[in-house]
Amino acid sequence: MAESPILQVTQLSKTFGGVQAIMNVSFELARGQILGIIGPNGSGKTTLVNLISGFVKPDKGSVLFKGRNITGLQPHKIANLGLTRTFQVMRPYHSLSAFKNLIVPLNSPRVKRSAAGRLGDMDAVAIDILEEVGFERDARVPYKAAGSLPLGYLKRLELGRCMALQPELIICDEVFSGLSMSEITSLIPLIERLRMEGITIMMIEHRLRELFRLTDRVVVLTFGQKIAEGSPDEVMSNQMVKEAYLGTETKG
Amino acid sequence: MEILVYGTVNSIIFALIALGFTLVYGVSRVPNFAHGSIYVLVGFLTWTFVNNLSMPYALAVLIALAVASFLGFLIYRIILIRLRGMATSEIISSFAVSLIILEGLRMQGIAGFKGFIGPFYVLKPFVDGKINLFGVFIDYQRLIIIGVGVGLVVLLSWFTHHTKTGLSLRAIAQDEQAAMMLGVNSDRMAMIAMSIGSALAGLAAVLILPLGSITAEVGYRVLIYALAVCIIGGLGSWGGAILASFVIGFAMKISTALFGALWESVVLVGTIILILLFKPSGLLGKQKELEERV
Amino acid sequence: MVKVTRRKKRLDRSIKVRCEGLYALSSWSEMAYLLAPRLLLILGLLLIPFFVDMYWQRVLCSAGIYALLALSFDFLAGYVGLVCLGGALFIGTGGYFAGLLNHYSHLPLFVTIPIATVAGAAFSTLVLIPCLRLRGIYFAIISFMLPLFAVYIIIALNVFGGTEGISALDTFPSISLELYLILAAVLVALFAIRRLVNEDMGIILRGVKDNDQAVRASGISITAYKIRAVFIAALLGCFGGAYLSHLYGWLGISLFAMDFSILPIAATVMGGMGSLVGPVLGAFILTPMSEALRGFGQLRVVLYCFILIAFMVYKPEGIMNYLERKYHQFEKWEEV
Repeated sequence: MAESPILQVTQLSKTFGGVQAIMNVSFELARGQILGIIGPNGSGKTTLVNLISGFVKPDKGSVLFKGRNITGLQPHKIANLGLTRTFQVMRPYHSLSAFKNLIVPLNSPRVKRSAAGRLGDMDAVAIDILEEVGFERDARVPYKAAGSLPLGYLKRLELGRCMALQPELIICDEVFSGLSMSEITSLIPLIERLRMEGITIMMIEHRLRELFRLTDRVVVLTFGQKIAEGSPDEVMSNQMVKEAYLGTETKG
Repeated sequence: MEILVYGTVNSIIFALIALGFTLVYGVSRVPNFAHGSIYVLVGFLTWTFVNNLSMPYALAVLIALAVASFLGFLIYRIILIRLRGMATSEIISSFAVSLIILEGLRMQGIAGFKGFIGPFYVLKPFVDGKINLFGVFIDYQRLIIIGVGVGLVVLLSWFTHHTKTGLSLRAIAQDEQAAMMLGVNSDRMAMIAMSIGSALAGLAAVLILPLGSITAEVGYRVLIYALAVCIIGGLGSWGGAILASFVIGFAMKISTALFGALWESVVLVGTIILILLFKPSGLLGKQKELEERV
Repeated sequence: MVKVTRRKKRLDRSIKVRCEGLYALSSWSEMAYLLAPRLLLILGLLLIPFFVDMYWQRVLCSAGIYALLALSFDFLAGYVGLVCLGGALFIGTGGYFAGLLNHYSHLPLFVTIPIATVAGAAFSTLVLIPCLRLRGIYFAIISFMLPLFAVYIIIALNVFGGTEGISALDTFPSISLELYLILAAVLVALFAIRRLVNEDMGIILRGVKDNDQAVRASGISITAYKIRAVFIAALLGCFGGAYLSHLYGWLGISLFAMDFSILPIAATVMGGMGSLVGPVLGAFILTPMSEALRGFGQLRVVLYCFILIAFMVYKPEGIMNYLERKYHQFEKWEEV
């Protein structure tokens, strides 16, 4: 028996000023899947994330999460339902140490309601999460001010921030960008592990090769519209997708 | 009928006051809290030039406006330029400048010229006398206000749409990064905006102060009015500022007619609270009123 | 081209490093290092009254009120990211609540002050709520406008005593009580806020200041937390106001004076935004200075503002942060 999808985006549209950022985008995400969202620069990928996570209100269309209509809800309410996102532009709490950064999500209503939340010692939980995302426990790294950490750690911190909420769906907005090859390869197992824990993941990515190692379904956006959906092979052999990335051939 | 005429005058007064502030905020996103103090300063300077130095009125006005303009430029160049981007500091320092000017004037007048208290400081209106318009008596000064107000809006509109500087100002106001990439110098534009904005404050002062007297209190009131217009109309929106001026102008006159002059402030506060509760970005505001762009 | 051969390096003093965490308890010298500044502060504040005459003791009371305001400003601006240009709002609200309660219901000041503190804070927070959902600049603007509006409305509607105010309120039974009450309040508030910013709620507030979108994405309603922060800051200010109205036994529109809005800001900028202690010290420096300059009238305000701008432009970290840095770190030249 098919379970209903965890995320259903239907006819989502948003215009900023005169620019149609997203137009009639629809897709579904089944629980436990990893979905990739790709497209050339400016295709509206981050706007899509903002629309789904509540930071921007759509003009038209709806978003259903676990069957519940979350269109237009405040971001913190959506996060408390179990849908979290990372930020493409890194935004740690720079004056606080890395593990204190995690105290914030650990104080959300969602965590407080859960069994782990009632246990009480937030600091220990924070350190544990940091260890899970790859911060070495013994070194002083978790205690350093977040503003002074290198990018690789910041990306992990972002994921840690999402994980602290015990989410059911994480939207990763270009987590691989700015990282070196070795950093990316060390991040991939983390994402796989999240999926094995049952978390659904939606990845906005530019690095197609690494993305295709993780996912088997991809949605392509151009100029705010969905132009293709399917397995990586299907999508990459799609003529429209090729044109979107490479441009059309000029005749003559 | 009377309400219509006086309401219009009142509205244009608000618009004149708010214009300079909106310009500066729109271009540089810096709220120039010193706006009200420059207004009063110009009034003072003009009075001092005319009465203590016996300058001809027109010359006094011109010099005072030039001083205001230069002062606006200086404020940016010396203080604000180092604090760009740190909103907290920008607000605090322009507020401090405002206090320096206003509280300094409260005691001393200009540079030791007779300090003043009370309604002795009055600017003469340009033209004395009243005329009868549609059955309502209205003095020439108020008519001049309407005329200059409308003319100024038209002039500014032309300036920002048809001159290179004006277009650069609009560009920075709309999208700072893009404009900078096209070669527009953001700091220079901010300085120009501050100069023009201060001059506008001064112009408003010269027109409006003759209707009353010059006191330091006026400076705070003017600042509050400018802020109120911007909040109600939408921070950074020109059309909104003008619309809000009319809304406030008429609302206050109507409430005076119905309840008496004392309720004016209550009406103003009430309007601000209403807007903040129901349409926080302002009547025509397009900026995100809630938290910053993601 | 000049080749740079050496540069200045800042290092934590070794004694500071030894003090991290629980290890501080291991030796007397380390404990002394940590406690000395704090003891200096507490004892200093508590002992000063013995060295000055009654006039200056009264000035100290004023300084205490300004210290509370400076503390609340620093808390809001340095830890939550909200610039409050209207300290006068809190003083006025607290003062009017206390004075009116005392005048109309004849409750003694031991009752009116606590009630006015809480009720005043609740009222002030309520009026500020509409702008807490919005960007920071709205809070700055509204907090600036509200005290002025309060004055206009009181004068216009001629309520609560109008322009003349109400006098003959209860005053404190003794000068020592006046003095020690406010000094105790300042110290309690200082240590409480210091504690708060390291508790979970404080961390969330600091998160709001650094990066509010991430806080929202972490499932927390920033508006709810801002409201709490404003309430706490208001408690400090309203206590000061309630205390003030009973200090002189009089309430009037001067409780909403611009002085209460600007001096705390100058004290904070000078003392060091974010250091909490700095603003308190700044208040204790600026208030007596302002008193000594009483002859110059409003020019005092001009002076504070010049000081404020000078610090902001040339030494933005403020005195306390500078001292703290010097205490914890030393600088040395190092070869490149």
